[in-house]
Amino acid sequence: MPYSDATIQLLSPEGTIVSSDAADEYQPIIDALSDEQLREFHRTMVVTRRFDVEAANLQRQGQMGLWVPSMGQEAAQVGSGFAARKQDHIFPAYREHAIAMIRGVDVLDIVRMLRGVTHGGWNPVTSKNFHLYTLVIGSQALHATGYAMGIQLDGATATGDPDNDEAVIVYYGDGATSQGDVSEAFVFAASYQTPQVFFLQNNHWAISVPVSTQSRTPLYLRSTGFGIPGIQIDGNDVLASYAVTRKNLDEARAGNGPRFIEALTYRMGAHTSSDDPSKYRADAEVEFWATRDPIARFETYLRGRGEGDAFFADVATQAEDLALDIRQRTHEIETPSTDKMFDHVYSEPHPLITVQKQWLADYEAGFGA
Amino acid sequence: MTIDSMPMAKAINAGLREAMNNDPKVLLMGEDIGPLGGVFRVTEGLQAEFGEKRVLDTPLAESGIIGTAIGLAMRGYRPVCEIQFDGFIFPGFDQITSQLAKMTNRHEGHVTMPVVIRVPYGGHIGAVEHHQESPEAYFAHTPGLRLVSPSTPNDAYWMIQEAIQSNDPVMFFEPKSRYWPKGDVDRTASTFPLHATRVIREGTEVTLVGHGAMMAVLLQAAELAAEEGTSIEVIDLRSLSPIDYDPIIVSVQKTGRLIVAQEAPGFVSVGSEIAATVTERAFYSLEAPVLRVAGFDAPFPPAKLETIYLPDVDRVLEAVDRALAY
Ligand SMILES: Cc1ncc(C[n+]2csc(CCOP(=O)(O)OP(=O)(O)O)c2C)c(N)n1
Ligand SMILES: [Mg+2]
Repeated sequence: MPYSDATIQLLSPEGTIVSSDAADEYQPIIDALSDEQLREFHRTMVVTRRFDVEAANLQRQGQMGLWVPSMGQEAAQVGSGFAARKQDHIFPAYREHAIAMIRGVDVLDIVRMLRGVTHGGWNPVTSKNFHLYTLVIGSQALHATGYAMGIQLDGATATGDPDNDEAVIVYYGDGATSQGDVSEAFVFAASYQTPQVFFLQNNHWAISVPVSTQSRTPLYLRSTGFGIPGIQIDGNDVLASYAVTRKNLDEARAGNGPRFIEALTYRMGAHTSSDDPSKYRADAEVEFWATRDPIARFETYLRGRGEGDAFFADVATQAEDLALDIRQRTHEIETPSTDKMFDHVYSEPHPLITVQKQWLADYEAGFGA
Repeated sequence: MTIDSMPMAKAINAGLREAMNNDPKVLLMGEDIGPLGGVFRVTEGLQAEFGEKRVLDTPLAESGIIGTAIGLAMRGYRPVCEIQFDGFIFPGFDQITSQLAKMTNRHEGHVTMPVVIRVPYGGHIGAVEHHQESPEAYFAHTPGLRLVSPSTPNDAYWMIQEAIQSNDPVMFFEPKSRYWPKGDVDRTASTFPLHATRVIREGTEVTLVGHGAMMAVLLQAAELAAEEGTSIEVIDLRSLSPIDYDPIIVSVQKTGRLIVAQEAPGFVSVGSEIAATVTERAFYSLEAPVLRVAGFDAPFPPAKLETIYLPDVDRVLEAVDRALAY
C-alpha cells in the first residue's frame, strides 16, 4: 500500500469526495471549478489515453522507433496541467503527453520526435510555454530553476497579481530524484527562493528498478532538508492533483518560495515500447493499481454529479477523432531533408557546418548525375 | 586612441563591465565571484557596482550553474558563468555538452543560447592537482559550442565582449598564467573578429601555431631561433572552434613547415585536428610532417614537475630542428 496518512486525496478510488482535515483545506479550490472545467479534466484524460493507445499501435506498425506510454498517469498530469496558469512555464520530462495536449502542442510533434524526424522542435513560446521533452534524466530541473530565476529577475512574479505573476512547474520521475541535477535544482531553488513547483510523478518504476532502490524514505520528504516544503498526493486523483498544484503554484508565484509535490501514481504500461515489464514486476501490483484507475474513478464521480451518457459518448467520439487524425497525419509525415542535420547547430554561420553541408549536397548530387 | 596598460585579469574585468553596461540582460554567475571578486579577482568590484541581481554568487555546483544559466538564457538573459578552475568543469560537463550545446538545434532555432562559460585554464602557476589542466579538446569536439582563448590583455578585453554578444554558447578559455603580465589595451575599437586567427610574427621557414599561454613561449622561441638565423612565423589561433584555417594555410604555403604547440595532452587534441586538416589542405606545400609539441599523455603532474610536463622554448626549438631536418 503506497499511500500513507500524509497522502492527500480528495476523491476516493470509489469516486466519492473524501472528507478529512487535509482534504477540506483544498475543497474550496475544487468548489470553484465549473462543471465545464470538470468535464474538461475528464475529456483530456480520455483523449490522452486514446492518443497513447493509438501511438503505441503506430509504433508496433513500424511508424515510430519508440513509444513512451503515459497510461495510468493521466490524473497526475491533467490535474497539475490545468492547475498551471496561462503565464506559467512548464518543463516536462518525456511522458507528459496530457500536458502537451492541455497547452495546445500539436501532439503529432511528439510522434515526429519518436519517429526520428525531430529532436522535439516545437517552439515553447507558441506552445503556451510548454518546453521541449528532455531525455537526459533530471537535467530539465535545472533549466526550469534557471527560468524561474529569470522570472524573478524580471520582476514578473510576486506582485500580488495571480493572473499575471509567473511561475514554473517542472516534471520528472522517481528515478530522476536520484540524479544530482535534481538535487542541485533544489539547492538553487531554495537559495534564490524561485517561483516554482517541482512535480514528481512517482510511478513506482524507473524502467525495471523499483522506487525503493531510489529512496528508502517517502520521496515527498526529500525536499524538506533542502528547505523546500514537500507534499504527497494521490496522483491518480485528478482533483487532488489540480487543487494541490494550484495552491502550491500560487504560493510560489506569491513569493513564498518553491514547493515540491510527490504524486503517487503508476505506470500501467511498459516503460517504453522496447521494455518488457513481465521480467521485473508482479501481476498483483499491476492489478492493485488497475483498481485505482484515474479515469474510471473520475467517471464515477462525474456520473454521481449527474453527468449523463451523452457526455461520455461525446468524449469517446472526440477521442476516436483524434486517433484517426493522428493515424492519418503520421502516415503523411515526411522524412526531413538532409539539410536539417546542419540547420540550427549554431545560430550564426560556422565554417565547418557550411563546408560539410555543401559537401554533402554535392556528394548526393553526384549520384544523380 | 585610449591605450591603457593592464594585466589580462583587469582587461577581462573591464570587458565584463563594458558588456554589463551595454546590455542589462548580461549576468555574471559563479562561485565566489561577488565580494571576493573570484579566486583570480577577475570580477572584482562588479557586484558592488551592479548589485547582487547582476552578479550572482551561486551555490557550489557546476552543473547547477550551467543548467540554471540555460534556463536564464531561455528567459532572454545572457549569463556569463565562471568556472573556478579548469579541473572543476566536469561536474558541469553534461549540462554543457548534452544540454547547452544542443539546445538551439533541438529547438530548431526557436531558442538561442547566448551563454559564455569562462574557464581559467592551463599550467605554470604551481598549483595543486585539478588546478592546471587544459580541457579544451573535450569541448572542441562538441558541435554547438564555440571556443576561444585570448593570449593578450587587448584580445581578452575585446573577445570577452564579442563572446557575450554571440547568440551561441561560447567557452572562453582564460590562460591563467597570463592573468598578471601587463599589455596595452586599446579601448577605442576591436580590430579583429572573434573567430579569426592572427599572425603575430612574420617569418619564412617554419610556422608555429598555438593559443593562450603557449603564445608567449612561441614568441620567445621565434626570437631565439632568429638569433640563430632561422626565420619563424608565429600564429595565434585565438579561436579553437571554429578554427580559422586560411591564415594557417597561407603561412604553410610560404614556410612549408608547421608545428602546433599546446599545453593539453596531444592525443586527440586541437593540435591533432590542425595537423590533420593542414595535411589535407596543404599537402603539396609541406616540406616536413606537421609536428605537435604538447603536454604528455599523462595526468598533469604534481607542480614540482610541471616545467618538465609543459612545452617550453627548448621543446619547441627541438621540434623546429626536427622539422628543418626534412
Ligand atoms: C541520465 C540518464 N540516464 C539513463 C537514462 C535511461 N533511462 C531512460 S528513462 C529511465 C528511467 C527513468 O525513470 P523515472 O525518472 O522514474 O521516469 P519514468 O520513466 O518512470 O517516467 C532511464 C534509466 C536516461 N535517459 N538518462
Ligand atoms: Mg518512474
